[in-house]
Amino acid sequence: MSHPQNPIPHCPAALAAMLRVVPLAPLSLSLTVFSRRIAQNNPGLVQRLGEYDRTGFVLDPTDLPIVMCLNPNGGLPKVTLCRQPSKGAARISGPLAALLGLVHGAFDGDALFFSRDLVVEGDTGAALALRNAIDDAELNLAQEATALSGPFARPVQQLIAFAERQTGLCLNRPEDSVIW
Amino acid sequence: MVMEIVCPAGTPAALRAAVKAGAHTVYCGFNDETNARNFPGLNFSRSEMRDGVAFAHDHGAKVLVAINTFPRAGDEVIWHHAISDADACGANAVILADPGLLDHASRNHPRLRRHLSVQAAAANADIINFYAKTFDVKRVVLPRVLSVPEIAAINAETTVETEVFVFGGLCVMAEGRCSLSSYATGLSPNMNGVCSPASHVDYAEDQGALDARLGGYLIHRVEKGQPAPYPTLCKGCFSAGDKTGHLFEDPVSLNAERLIPQLHKAGVTALKIEGRQRSKSYVAQVVRNFRAAVDALEAGRPLPEGMLARLSEGQAMTTGAYKKTWR
Repeated sequence: MSHPQNPIPHCPAALAAMLRVVPLAPLSLSLTVFSRRIAQNNPGLVQRLGEYDRTGFVLDPTDLPIVMCLNPNGGLPKVTLCRQPSKGAARISGPLAALLGLVHGAFDGDALFFSRDLVVEGDTGAALALRNAIDDAELNLAQEATALSGPFARPVQQLIAFAERQTGLCLNRPEDSVIW
Repeated sequence: MVMEIVCPAGTPAALRAAVKAGAHTVYCGFNDETNARNFPGLNFSRSEMRDGVAFAHDHGAKVLVAINTFPRAGDEVIWHHAISDADACGANAVILADPGLLDHASRNHPRLRRHLSVQAAAANADIINFYAKTFDVKRVVLPRVLSVPEIAAINAETTVETEVFVFGGLCVMAEGRCSLSSYATGLSPNMNGVCSPASHVDYAEDQGALDARLGGYLIHRVEKGQPAPYPTLCKGCFSAGDKTGHLFEDPVSLNAERLIPQLHKAGVTALKIEGRQRSKSYVAQVVRNFRAAVDALEAGRPLPEGMLARLSEGQAMTTGAYKKTWR
């Protein structure tokens, strides 16, 4: 029920189809490495989680056939992708574009909740702490991925920009322009 | 004189976003029970507050520190430290509600400006003048129960600056007096800084309908596609006999943007935006909107059209008590 003037983009069907068949273990490993880099570069993020820094979160992009299980693990995060329903202390569900927009500060979490684009289940305190910690961290996933790519940084950057244009997904942090 | 935009910040990132978006003043709190938005992952450590104040001052903005809960007997020192730390961080003022804390601040930090929190529920000129005379309070945040003519009448009888809420979550109760949350959870905004603490809130989706429970009590159910409200008892939907409805208040947000010229005429000094629990995205957008409105008023231009409905609870807005059109 997003606002008609700024509908939340749908995740491309091709990505969903691909995720139905690709092996998830290497993807999980890559995401674990990626999340550890983010935690290392943003120590305030884990600190802000406070008592929830070892809580199991399930992040469920509702337009993809997978869920992401994230455990901050006191600053050494672990990410596991699963195809079947997974359990965690807190579950945050919504379209991939909404989840990425939240990470990049393009969307307001409460507004997504009011519009029912985002659903929180389980430990609401944990979900709130994660939302607030990420909002404060001012993450830029594209920048982090580029920095991890070594000699391939430039083509990776171009690929991300292309994907952003084609899909409408928010893969960078908008500096001063706010979507809503 | 330009009306001051007083903007919320729940995190250092939100403070920077507010200042960059044009807030004249930002209000925030420490990450403990001394402020009325004591939610997980929110608020400022001492070092973050010091850095935040420095950032704001470098950009010509002011910082107010909300220490607006009521101390527990025997634990006053937690609140006293918060005041002295706010002073040490260079805050421009502290926002206080408790008379004991006001007394402590006026005796021990006389040069630190004191604002009276909305939590003090000071709704007439006599009580405002009492706080000014007794504790040298310079500004009062008025409760959201007054009409514009009533605000004008108060301003005519006091020299204390007035600050009024113009946007955000609407509290139907007399602030500082509401204990609804504590009936269901044992915790209240007045004593613990939390209305509907997240640790006591449960959501569950069932065939598209969203159930919200507070302290185990079902307080509302919204059907598929319907906007969701905050899980507060005052916005709860209850059944009694054959009637079901919002007993206390409909889930809507305050938006007094179109009343800014009248509030200016009524002698209001500052316009306050609610929402320290909201994201930096919300903060930036709301501040830009209100700054544009205040600048337009100052320049004698018509107010620009607002775009804030989608950020509002229940995606609906009201002018609240300012126009006294509640049912």
